[in-house]
Amino acid sequence: MKIMTCPLNGPRNISEFAYGGEVKELPAPGCDNETWVDYVYLQENLAGVVKEWWYHTPTAFWFIAERDTRTDTILKTYAASEVFKERVDFAAGDKE
Amino acid sequence: MPFGLLKFGLSKGHPVPRALPAASELRDSYDVVIIGGGGHGLATAYYLARDWGITNVAVLEKGYVGGGNTGRNTTIIRSNYLTPEGVKFYDESVTLYKDLANDFDMNIMYSERGHFTLAHTDSAIRTMRWRAEVNKHMGIESELVMRDELQRMVPQLNYSEDVRYPIMGALYHAPGAIARHDAVAWGYGAGAARRGATIHQKTEVTGLEITKANGSPRRVTGVHTNRGTIRAGKVIQCVAGMSGEVARMAGFKLPIKTIPLQACVSQPLKPFLDAIVVSGSLHVYVSQSSRGELVMGGSTDPYGVYMTRSTLDFKEGLMMHMMELLPFIGEVKLLRQWAGMTDMTPDFAPIMGETPVDDYYIDAGWGTWGFKATPVVGKRNAEMLATGKVPDLIKPFALQRFHDFTLLGEKGAASVGH
Repeated sequence: MKIMTCPLNGPRNISEFAYGGEVKELPAPGCDNETWVDYVYLQENLAGVVKEWWYHTPTAFWFIAERDTRTDTILKTYAASEVFKERVDFAAGDKE
Repeated sequence: MPFGLLKFGLSKGHPVPRALPAASELRDSYDVVIIGGGGHGLATAYYLARDWGITNVAVLEKGYVGGGNTGRNTTIIRSNYLTPEGVKFYDESVTLYKDLANDFDMNIMYSERGHFTLAHTDSAIRTMRWRAEVNKHMGIESELVMRDELQRMVPQLNYSEDVRYPIMGALYHAPGAIARHDAVAWGYGAGAARRGATIHQKTEVTGLEITKANGSPRRVTGVHTNRGTIRAGKVIQCVAGMSGEVARMAGFKLPIKTIPLQACVSQPLKPFLDAIVVSGSLHVYVSQSSRGELVMGGSTDPYGVYMTRSTLDFKEGLMMHMMELLPFIGEVKLLRQWAGMTDMTPDFAPIMGETPVDDYYIDAGWGTWGFKATPVVGKRNAEMLATGKVPDLIKPFALQRFHDFTLLGEKGAASVGH
Protein backbone atom coordinates (compact mmCIF):
# COMPACT_ATOMS: atom_id res chain seq x y z
CA MET A 1 0.00 0.00 0.00
CA LYS A 2 1.15 3.51 -0.74
CA ILE A 3 1.18 5.88 2.22
CA MET A 4 0.52 9.62 2.08
CA THR A 5 1.05 11.91 5.05
CA CYS A 6 -1.95 14.09 5.69
CA PRO A 7 -1.01 17.37 7.44
CA LEU A 8 -4.05 16.90 9.69
CA ASN A 9 -4.24 13.12 10.20
CA GLY A 10 -0.71 11.85 9.73
CA PRO A 11 0.31 8.90 7.51
CA ARG A 12 -2.69 7.18 5.88
CA ASN A 13 -3.30 4.75 3.01
CA ILE A 14 -3.45 6.63 -0.31
CA SER A 15 -6.87 5.11 -1.03
CA GLU A 16 -8.26 7.50 1.64
CA PHE A 17 -7.27 10.50 -0.48
CA ALA A 18 -8.64 12.06 -3.63
CA TYR A 19 -6.58 13.98 -6.16
CA GLY A 20 -7.85 17.52 -6.69
CA GLY A 21 -5.87 19.04 -9.57
CA GLU A 22 -2.87 21.30 -10.06
CA VAL A 23 -2.39 24.30 -7.79
CA LYS A 24 -3.11 27.28 -10.05
CA GLU A 25 -3.61 30.95 -9.46
CA LEU A 26 -7.31 31.85 -9.38
CA PRO A 27 -8.09 34.28 -12.22
CA ALA A 28 -9.25 37.73 -11.21
CA PRO A 29 -13.03 38.17 -11.38
CA GLY A 30 -14.10 39.54 -14.75
CA CYS A 31 -11.04 38.25 -16.63
CA ASP A 32 -11.28 37.27 -20.32
CA ASN A 33 -12.31 33.86 -21.68
CA GLU A 34 -8.78 32.73 -22.55
CA THR A 35 -7.74 33.12 -18.92
CA TRP A 36 -10.67 30.92 -17.88
CA VAL A 37 -9.82 28.34 -20.57
CA ASP A 38 -6.31 28.20 -19.17
CA TYR A 39 -7.60 27.87 -15.62
CA VAL A 40 -10.38 25.36 -16.26
CA TYR A 41 -9.04 23.10 -19.03
CA LEU A 42 -5.34 23.48 -19.77
CA GLN A 43 -2.87 21.43 -17.76
CA GLU A 44 0.83 21.75 -17.07
CA ASN A 45 0.78 17.92 -16.81
CA LEU A 46 4.48 17.95 -16.01
CA ALA A 47 6.70 14.87 -15.94
CA GLY A 48 8.59 15.98 -12.84
CA VAL A 49 7.89 17.62 -9.50
CA VAL A 50 4.32 18.94 -9.34
CA LYS A 51 2.29 20.87 -6.75
CA GLU A 52 -1.28 19.63 -6.39
CA TRP A 53 -4.43 19.81 -4.32
CA TRP A 54 -5.27 16.64 -2.41
CA TYR A 55 -8.25 15.81 -0.22
CA HIS A 56 -8.51 13.48 2.76
CA THR A 57 -12.00 12.07 2.17
CA PRO A 58 -12.99 10.81 5.65
CA THR A 59 -12.15 14.12 7.34
CA ALA A 60 -13.00 16.44 4.42
CA PHE A 61 -9.59 18.13 4.61
CA TRP A 62 -7.97 19.86 1.62
CA PHE A 63 -4.20 20.29 1.53
CA ILE A 64 -1.28 20.64 -0.88
CA ALA A 65 1.13 17.85 -1.87
CA GLU A 66 4.35 18.01 -3.85
CA ARG A 67 5.24 14.83 -5.67
CA ASP A 68 7.39 13.52 -8.50
CA THR A 69 5.26 12.12 -11.32
CA ARG A 70 8.23 10.28 -12.87
CA THR A 71 8.82 8.12 -9.80
CA ASP A 72 5.41 8.19 -8.04
CA THR A 73 6.98 9.52 -4.82
CA ILE A 74 5.39 12.03 -2.47
CA LEU A 75 7.96 14.67 -1.50
CA LYS A 76 6.01 16.76 0.99
CA THR A 77 2.53 17.68 2.12
CA TYR A 78 1.36 20.79 3.93
CA ALA A 79 -1.79 22.67 4.83
CA ALA A 80 -3.14 25.07 2.19
CA SER A 81 -2.97 27.86 4.76
CA GLU A 82 0.83 27.89 4.34
CA VAL A 83 0.36 29.16 0.77
CA PHE A 84 -3.00 30.89 0.81
CA LYS A 85 -2.85 33.32 3.68
CA GLU A 86 -5.58 35.73 2.59
CA ARG A 87 -9.24 34.94 2.12
CA VAL A 88 -10.53 35.47 -1.45
CA ASP A 89 -13.30 38.06 -1.53
CA PHE A 90 -15.58 36.60 -4.22
CA ALA A 91 -18.27 39.19 -3.58
CA ALA A 92 -15.91 41.96 -4.72
CA GLY A 93 -16.02 40.61 -8.30
CA ASP A 94 -19.81 40.55 -8.42
CA LYS A 95 -20.09 44.23 -7.63
CA GLU A 96 -17.92 45.28 -10.57
CA MET B 1 8.06 -33.19 -47.44
CA PRO B 2 9.62 -33.92 -44.02
CA PHE B 3 13.06 -33.78 -45.76
CA GLY B 4 12.22 -30.39 -47.17
CA LEU B 5 11.34 -29.17 -43.71
CA LEU B 6 14.54 -30.65 -42.26
CA LYS B 7 16.60 -29.06 -44.99
CA PHE B 8 14.93 -25.74 -44.33
CA GLY B 9 15.58 -26.08 -40.60
CA LEU B 10 19.28 -26.83 -41.08
CA SER B 11 20.01 -24.28 -43.76
CA LYS B 12 21.76 -21.08 -42.70
CA GLY B 13 19.96 -18.83 -45.13
CA HIS B 14 16.49 -18.86 -43.64
CA PRO B 15 14.43 -16.71 -45.94
CA VAL B 16 12.69 -15.02 -43.01
CA PRO B 17 11.34 -11.75 -44.35
CA ARG B 18 12.43 -8.71 -42.39
CA ALA B 19 9.37 -6.63 -41.48
CA LEU B 20 11.24 -3.37 -41.04
CA PRO B 21 14.40 -2.41 -42.93
CA ALA B 22 17.64 -1.99 -40.96
CA ALA B 23 18.34 1.35 -39.30
CA SER B 24 19.41 4.09 -41.68
CA GLU B 25 21.05 7.52 -41.33
CA LEU B 26 18.78 10.51 -40.81
CA ARG B 27 18.39 12.64 -43.93
CA ASP B 28 18.82 16.42 -43.71
CA SER B 29 15.25 17.13 -44.53
CA TYR B 30 11.83 15.44 -44.78
CA ASP B 31 8.50 16.60 -46.18
CA VAL B 32 6.71 15.16 -43.17
CA VAL B 33 8.12 14.22 -39.77
CA ILE B 34 5.93 12.04 -37.58
CA ILE B 35 6.85 12.05 -33.90
CA GLY B 36 5.92 8.68 -32.40
CA GLY B 37 6.26 5.21 -33.95
CA GLY B 38 3.17 3.65 -32.44
CA GLY B 39 0.05 2.54 -34.28
CA HIS B 40 -1.17 6.07 -35.01
CA GLY B 41 2.18 7.40 -36.28
CA LEU B 42 2.90 4.37 -38.45
CA ALA B 43 -0.65 4.31 -39.84
CA THR B 44 -0.24 7.97 -40.78
CA ALA B 45 3.00 7.16 -42.63
CA TYR B 46 1.33 4.16 -44.30
CA TYR B 47 -1.64 6.09 -45.71
CA LEU B 48 0.58 9.06 -46.68
CA ALA B 49 2.58 6.68 -48.86
CA ARG B 50 -0.27 4.47 -50.10
CA ASP B 51 -3.01 7.03 -50.74
CA TRP B 52 -1.09 10.23 -51.40
CA GLY B 53 2.30 9.08 -52.71
CA ILE B 54 4.16 11.11 -50.08
CA THR B 55 7.19 9.03 -49.10
CA ASN B 56 9.83 11.53 -47.99
CA VAL B 57 8.56 10.85 -44.49
CA ALA B 58 10.38 10.10 -41.23
CA VAL B 59 8.75 8.37 -38.29
CA LEU B 60 10.77 9.12 -35.13
CA GLU B 61 10.38 6.65 -32.29
CA LYS B 62 12.31 7.01 -29.04
CA GLY B 63 11.99 3.31 -28.18
CA TYR B 64 10.97 0.58 -30.60
CA VAL B 65 8.04 0.27 -32.97
CA GLY B 66 4.77 -0.42 -31.13
CA GLY B 67 6.61 -0.57 -27.79
CA GLY B 68 4.54 2.18 -26.17
CA ASN B 69 0.83 2.30 -25.57
CA THR B 70 0.04 0.51 -28.85
CA GLY B 71 1.28 -2.65 -27.15
CA ARG B 72 -0.35 -1.88 -23.79
CA ASN B 73 -4.07 -1.70 -24.54
CA THR B 74 -6.64 -4.47 -24.26
CA THR B 75 -7.23 -4.53 -28.06
CA ILE B 76 -10.99 -3.99 -28.14
CA ILE B 77 -12.43 -2.59 -31.39
CA ARG B 78 -15.99 -1.22 -31.51
CA SER B 79 -18.02 1.75 -32.70
CA ASN B 80 -21.06 1.88 -30.37
CA TYR B 81 -20.28 5.32 -28.99
CA LEU B 82 -22.77 7.91 -27.79
CA THR B 83 -22.22 11.12 -29.75
CA PRO B 84 -22.95 11.11 -33.51
CA GLU B 85 -19.44 12.55 -34.07
CA GLY B 86 -17.90 9.63 -32.18
CA VAL B 87 -20.06 6.95 -33.83
CA LYS B 88 -19.30 8.15 -37.38
CA PHE B 89 -15.59 8.31 -36.66
CA TYR B 90 -15.19 4.90 -35.02
CA ASP B 91 -17.44 3.25 -37.62
CA GLU B 92 -14.95 4.19 -40.34
CA SER B 93 -12.24 2.67 -38.18
CA VAL B 94 -14.07 -0.64 -37.78
CA THR B 95 -14.65 -0.77 -41.56
CA LEU B 96 -10.94 -0.22 -42.23
CA TYR B 97 -9.94 -2.79 -39.58
CA LYS B 98 -11.95 -5.50 -41.33
CA ASP B 99 -9.78 -5.20 -44.45
CA LEU B 100 -6.49 -4.59 -42.71
CA ALA B 101 -5.15 -8.16 -42.84
CA ASN B 102 -5.66 -8.20 -46.64
CA ASP B 103 -4.14 -4.75 -46.94
CA PHE B 104 -1.03 -5.84 -45.03
CA ASP B 105 -0.93 -9.42 -46.31
CA MET B 106 -0.33 -10.24 -42.66
CA ASN B 107 -2.61 -11.86 -40.11
CA ILE B 108 -3.63 -9.30 -37.47
CA MET B 109 -5.86 -11.93 -35.82
CA TYR B 110 -8.96 -9.79 -36.14
CA SER B 111 -11.70 -11.67 -34.36
CA GLU B 112 -15.33 -10.54 -34.18
CA ARG B 113 -16.70 -11.58 -30.82
CA GLY B 114 -19.73 -9.47 -30.02
CA HIS B 115 -19.33 -6.73 -27.43
CA PHE B 116 -21.60 -6.57 -24.37
CA THR B 117 -21.70 -3.48 -22.14
CA LEU B 118 -23.49 -4.59 -18.99
CA ALA B 119 -26.11 -2.46 -17.25
CA HIS B 120 -26.66 -2.89 -13.52
CA THR B 121 -29.06 -0.04 -12.81
CA ASP B 122 -32.21 1.49 -14.32
CA SER B 123 -30.28 4.59 -15.29
CA ALA B 124 -27.65 2.48 -17.06
CA ILE B 125 -30.44 0.70 -19.01
CA ARG B 126 -31.73 4.12 -20.04
CA THR B 127 -28.26 5.20 -21.26
CA MET B 128 -27.83 1.89 -23.15
CA ARG B 129 -31.19 2.42 -24.89
CA TRP B 130 -30.08 5.95 -25.81
CA ARG B 131 -26.76 4.67 -27.17
CA ALA B 132 -28.51 1.87 -29.10
CA GLU B 133 -30.87 4.38 -30.74
CA VAL B 134 -28.05 6.79 -31.66
CA ASN B 135 -26.07 3.84 -33.06
CA LYS B 136 -28.99 2.45 -35.11
CA HIS B 137 -29.73 5.91 -36.46
CA MET B 138 -26.12 6.06 -37.69
CA GLY B 139 -26.40 2.57 -39.20
CA ILE B 140 -24.42 0.68 -36.55
CA GLU B 141 -25.47 -2.78 -35.38
CA SER B 142 -26.29 -2.12 -31.75
CA GLU B 143 -29.22 -3.10 -29.53
CA LEU B 144 -30.34 -3.35 -25.96
CA VAL B 145 -30.79 -6.91 -24.69
CA MET B 146 -32.50 -7.57 -21.39
CA ARG B 147 -31.41 -10.09 -18.81
CA ASP B 148 -33.15 -13.26 -20.05
CA GLU B 149 -31.94 -12.85 -23.60
CA LEU B 150 -28.48 -11.86 -22.39
CA GLN B 151 -28.30 -15.01 -20.28
CA ARG B 152 -28.91 -17.11 -23.40
CA MET B 153 -26.24 -15.20 -25.34
CA VAL B 154 -23.53 -15.06 -22.64
CA PRO B 155 -24.34 -17.90 -20.21
CA GLN B 156 -20.90 -17.75 -18.56
CA LEU B 157 -21.70 -14.73 -16.39
CA ASN B 158 -23.06 -14.76 -12.89
CA TYR B 159 -26.73 -13.71 -13.10
CA SER B 160 -27.40 -14.08 -9.36
CA GLU B 161 -29.41 -11.35 -7.62
CA ASP B 162 -27.25 -11.94 -4.59
CA VAL B 163 -24.35 -9.71 -5.61
CA ARG B 164 -23.47 -6.04 -5.18
CA TYR B 165 -24.48 -5.14 -8.78
CA PRO B 166 -26.88 -7.69 -10.33
CA ILE B 167 -26.89 -7.74 -14.15
CA MET B 168 -30.06 -6.21 -15.63
CA GLY B 169 -29.24 -6.14 -19.32
CA ALA B 170 -26.61 -5.08 -21.81
CA LEU B 171 -25.89 -3.04 -24.90
CA TYR B 172 -25.06 -5.64 -27.55
CA HIS B 173 -22.74 -4.62 -30.39
CA ALA B 174 -22.26 -7.60 -32.74
CA PRO B 175 -19.23 -6.20 -34.70
CA GLY B 176 -17.23 -5.73 -31.46
CA ALA B 177 -13.84 -7.37 -32.06
CA ILE B 178 -10.32 -7.92 -30.79
CA ALA B 179 -7.09 -7.98 -32.79
CA ARG B 180 -3.40 -8.46 -32.18
CA HIS B 181 -2.11 -4.97 -31.40
CA ASP B 182 1.59 -5.65 -32.20
CA ALA B 183 0.62 -6.96 -35.61
CA VAL B 184 -1.28 -3.76 -36.34
CA ALA B 185 1.82 -1.67 -35.59
CA TRP B 186 4.12 -4.02 -37.54
CA GLY B 187 1.74 -4.21 -40.48
CA TYR B 188 1.52 -0.44 -40.77
CA GLY B 189 5.26 -0.03 -40.20
CA ALA B 190 6.24 -2.66 -42.77
CA GLY B 191 3.72 -1.31 -45.28
CA ALA B 192 4.98 2.25 -44.86
CA ALA B 193 8.64 1.19 -45.12
CA ARG B 194 7.97 -0.92 -48.21
CA ARG B 195 6.50 2.15 -49.91
CA GLY B 196 9.48 4.35 -49.07
CA ALA B 197 8.85 5.96 -45.67
CA THR B 198 11.73 5.71 -43.19
CA ILE B 199 11.24 4.56 -39.63
CA HIS B 200 13.89 5.65 -37.14
CA GLN B 201 13.80 3.72 -33.90
CA LYS B 202 15.77 4.78 -30.80
CA THR B 203 15.47 8.35 -32.06
CA GLU B 204 14.14 10.70 -29.42
CA VAL B 205 12.86 14.17 -30.17
CA THR B 206 14.55 16.65 -27.83
CA GLY B 207 13.21 19.92 -29.17
CA LEU B 208 11.51 21.70 -32.03
CA GLU B 209 12.72 24.54 -34.23
CA ILE B 210 10.01 27.15 -34.47
CA THR B 211 10.32 30.52 -36.21
CA LYS B 212 8.99 33.27 -34.03
CA ALA B 213 6.93 36.26 -35.05
CA ASN B 214 6.16 39.02 -32.55
CA GLY B 215 7.33 36.79 -29.74
CA SER B 216 4.61 34.15 -30.25
CA PRO B 217 5.32 30.73 -31.79
CA ARG B 218 4.53 30.65 -35.50
CA ARG B 219 5.84 27.96 -37.81
CA VAL B 220 7.71 24.73 -37.24
CA THR B 221 10.78 24.31 -39.44
CA GLY B 222 12.81 21.53 -37.87
CA VAL B 223 13.11 18.84 -35.26
CA HIS B 224 16.02 18.28 -32.87
CA THR B 225 16.71 14.65 -32.00
CA ASN B 226 19.35 12.76 -30.08
CA ARG B 227 20.79 11.84 -33.51
CA GLY B 228 20.94 15.37 -34.88
CA THR B 229 18.67 18.04 -36.29
CA ILE B 230 16.45 17.57 -39.33
CA ARG B 231 14.47 20.10 -41.35
CA ALA B 232 10.79 19.36 -41.73
CA GLY B 233 7.99 20.60 -43.96
CA LYS B 234 5.22 19.45 -41.70
CA VAL B 235 5.34 17.82 -38.28
CA ILE B 236 2.70 15.80 -36.45
CA GLN B 237 2.93 14.49 -32.91
CA CYS B 238 1.38 11.07 -32.22
CA VAL B 239 2.76 10.38 -28.76
CA ALA B 240 0.08 9.07 -26.42
CA GLY B 241 1.12 9.53 -22.81
CA MET B 242 3.83 12.10 -23.55
CA SER B 243 1.55 14.49 -25.49
CA GLY B 244 1.81 17.26 -22.89
CA GLU B 245 5.60 17.09 -22.80
CA VAL B 246 5.98 17.19 -26.59
CA ALA B 247 3.41 20.00 -26.94
CA ARG B 248 5.45 21.94 -24.37
CA MET B 249 8.41 21.78 -26.81
CA ALA B 250 6.11 23.36 -29.40
CA GLY B 251 5.17 26.04 -26.89
CA PHE B 252 1.53 25.36 -26.05
CA LYS B 253 -0.45 23.65 -23.30
CA LEU B 254 -3.02 20.88 -23.71
CA PRO B 255 -6.17 20.03 -21.78
CA ILE B 256 -4.69 16.62 -21.04
CA LYS B 257 -3.81 14.79 -17.86
CA THR B 258 -1.53 11.76 -18.17
CA ILE B 259 -2.97 8.93 -16.08
CA PRO B 260 -1.93 5.26 -16.09
CA LEU B 261 -4.43 2.59 -17.09
CA GLN B 262 -3.56 -0.84 -15.75
CA ALA B 263 -4.36 -4.22 -17.22
CA CYS B 264 -3.40 -7.86 -16.75
CA VAL B 265 -3.79 -11.30 -18.30
CA SER B 266 -4.46 -14.65 -16.68
CA GLN B 267 -2.78 -17.94 -17.44
CA PRO B 268 -4.15 -19.56 -20.64
CA LEU B 269 -7.44 -21.41 -20.21
CA LYS B 270 -9.53 -23.54 -22.55
CA PRO B 271 -11.75 -21.35 -24.70
CA PHE B 272 -14.90 -20.61 -22.72
CA LEU B 273 -15.66 -16.93 -23.24
CA ASP B 274 -16.47 -15.85 -26.78
CA ALA B 275 -17.93 -12.45 -25.95
CA ILE B 276 -16.18 -9.26 -24.92
CA VAL B 277 -17.78 -8.23 -21.63
CA VAL B 278 -17.59 -4.70 -20.27
CA SER B 279 -19.16 -3.12 -17.25
CA GLY B 280 -19.00 0.59 -16.51
CA SER B 281 -20.43 0.20 -13.00
CA LEU B 282 -17.94 -2.54 -12.10
CA HIS B 283 -15.07 -0.83 -13.96
CA VAL B 284 -14.18 -4.10 -15.67
CA TYR B 285 -13.61 -5.31 -19.18
CA VAL B 286 -12.67 -8.84 -20.07
CA SER B 287 -12.18 -10.92 -23.19
CA GLN B 288 -10.43 -14.20 -23.89
CA SER B 289 -7.56 -13.94 -26.35
CA SER B 290 -6.95 -16.52 -29.04
CA ARG B 291 -4.17 -17.87 -26.79
CA GLY B 292 -6.77 -18.52 -24.09
CA GLU B 293 -5.62 -15.81 -21.71
CA LEU B 294 -8.24 -13.67 -20.04
CA VAL B 295 -7.36 -10.08 -20.89
CA MET B 296 -8.64 -7.87 -18.10
CA GLY B 297 -8.62 -4.16 -17.53
CA GLY B 298 -10.21 -1.70 -15.18
CA SER B 299 -10.57 2.02 -14.64
CA THR B 300 -7.76 4.54 -14.87
CA ASP B 301 -5.62 5.16 -11.79
CA PRO B 302 -6.91 7.66 -9.22
CA TYR B 303 -4.06 10.09 -9.92
CA GLY B 304 -1.55 10.84 -12.68
CA VAL B 305 2.03 9.59 -12.95
CA TYR B 306 4.43 9.16 -15.86
CA MET B 307 5.02 5.50 -15.07
CA THR B 308 3.88 2.11 -16.23
CA ARG B 309 4.01 0.43 -12.84
CA SER B 310 1.28 -1.91 -11.61
CA THR B 311 -0.31 -1.58 -8.17
CA LEU B 312 -1.89 -3.97 -5.67
CA ASP B 313 -4.80 -1.53 -5.15
CA PHE B 314 -5.73 -1.87 -8.80
CA LYS B 315 -5.68 -5.66 -8.81
CA GLU B 316 -7.66 -5.91 -5.57
CA GLY B 317 -10.34 -3.62 -6.97
CA LEU B 318 -10.46 -5.35 -10.36
CA MET B 319 -10.51 -8.90 -8.99
CA MET B 320 -13.26 -8.09 -6.50
CA HIS B 321 -15.50 -7.26 -9.46
CA MET B 322 -14.18 -10.07 -11.67
CA MET B 323 -15.09 -12.57 -8.97
CA GLU B 324 -18.61 -11.20 -8.91
CA LEU B 325 -18.91 -11.53 -12.69
CA LEU B 326 -17.09 -14.87 -13.19
CA PRO B 327 -16.91 -16.55 -9.75
CA PHE B 328 -15.26 -19.73 -11.11
CA ILE B 329 -12.00 -17.96 -12.01
CA GLY B 330 -11.04 -17.69 -8.33
CA GLU B 331 -8.24 -20.27 -8.68
CA VAL B 332 -6.86 -18.85 -11.91
CA LYS B 333 -3.40 -17.29 -11.71
CA LEU B 334 -2.31 -13.99 -13.20
CA LEU B 335 0.41 -14.24 -15.80
CA ARG B 336 1.35 -10.67 -16.66
CA GLN B 337 0.50 -7.19 -15.44
CA TRP B 338 1.29 -3.80 -16.90
CA ALA B 339 0.08 -0.26 -17.37
CA GLY B 340 -0.21 2.14 -20.26
CA MET B 341 -0.12 5.93 -20.02
CA THR B 342 -3.35 7.49 -21.21
CA ASP B 343 -4.01 11.07 -22.32
CA MET B 344 -7.23 11.91 -20.51
CA THR B 345 -9.21 14.88 -21.88
CA PRO B 346 -12.05 16.57 -19.96
CA ASP B 347 -14.68 15.38 -22.48
CA PHE B 348 -13.36 11.87 -23.22
CA ALA B 349 -12.83 12.73 -26.89
CA PRO B 350 -9.51 12.98 -28.76
CA ILE B 351 -7.66 16.09 -29.92
CA MET B 352 -6.82 16.09 -33.63
CA GLY B 353 -5.89 18.64 -36.24
CA GLU B 354 -4.26 22.05 -36.23
CA THR B 355 -2.38 23.69 -33.37
CA PRO B 356 -1.34 27.27 -32.57
CA VAL B 357 1.91 26.53 -34.48
CA ASP B 358 1.68 26.50 -38.30
CA ASP B 359 2.55 23.23 -40.05
CA TYR B 360 2.51 21.53 -36.66
CA TYR B 361 -0.35 19.08 -36.22
CA ILE B 362 -1.52 17.07 -33.27
CA ASP B 363 -2.98 13.62 -32.70
CA ALA B 364 -3.47 13.27 -28.94
CA GLY B 365 -6.00 12.87 -26.16
CA TRP B 366 -6.52 9.21 -26.99
CA GLY B 367 -7.22 8.26 -23.38
CA THR B 368 -8.52 4.71 -23.33
CA TRP B 369 -9.89 4.68 -26.90
CA GLY B 370 -6.81 4.99 -29.13
CA PHE B 371 -6.20 1.46 -30.42
CA LYS B 372 -9.63 1.05 -31.98
CA ALA B 373 -9.16 4.35 -33.83
CA THR B 374 -5.75 3.51 -35.33
CA PRO B 375 -6.78 3.01 -39.00
CA VAL B 376 -9.13 5.98 -39.27
CA VAL B 377 -6.65 8.23 -37.47
CA GLY B 378 -3.88 7.25 -39.88
CA LYS B 379 -6.09 7.69 -42.92
CA ARG B 380 -7.44 11.10 -41.89
CA ASN B 381 -4.10 12.39 -40.58
CA ALA B 382 -2.59 11.50 -43.94
CA GLU B 383 -5.38 13.33 -45.76
CA MET B 384 -4.83 16.37 -43.52
CA LEU B 385 -1.05 16.39 -44.03
CA ALA B 386 -1.34 15.87 -47.78
CA THR B 387 -4.06 18.43 -48.50
CA GLY B 388 -3.36 20.91 -45.70
CA LYS B 389 -7.09 20.86 -44.88
CA VAL B 390 -8.67 19.25 -41.83
CA PRO B 391 -11.11 16.51 -42.97
CA ASP B 392 -14.75 17.02 -41.88
CA LEU B 393 -14.75 13.73 -39.98
CA ILE B 394 -12.14 14.94 -37.48
CA LYS B 395 -13.12 18.64 -37.34
CA PRO B 396 -15.17 18.17 -34.15
CA PHE B 397 -12.00 16.98 -32.36
CA ALA B 398 -10.04 20.23 -32.86
CA LEU B 399 -7.96 21.61 -29.99
CA GLN B 400 -9.82 24.88 -30.59
CA ARG B 401 -13.01 23.37 -29.08
CA PHE B 402 -11.67 24.03 -25.58
CA HIS B 403 -11.18 27.70 -26.46
CA ASP B 404 -14.68 27.96 -27.98
CA PHE B 405 -16.35 26.01 -25.14
CA THR B 406 -17.73 23.38 -27.56
CA LEU B 407 -16.73 20.18 -25.75
CA LEU B 408 -18.05 16.83 -26.97
CA GLY B 409 -19.02 14.82 -23.90
CA GLU B 410 -18.25 11.33 -25.23
CA LYS B 411 -19.69 9.20 -22.44
CA GLY B 412 -19.44 6.04 -24.53
CA ALA B 413 -15.73 5.85 -23.73
CA ALA B 414 -14.60 2.56 -22.15
CA SER B 415 -15.29 1.60 -18.55
CA VAL B 416 -13.22 4.42 -17.14
CA GLY B 417 -14.52 6.42 -14.25
CA HIS B 418 -16.72 9.34 -15.33
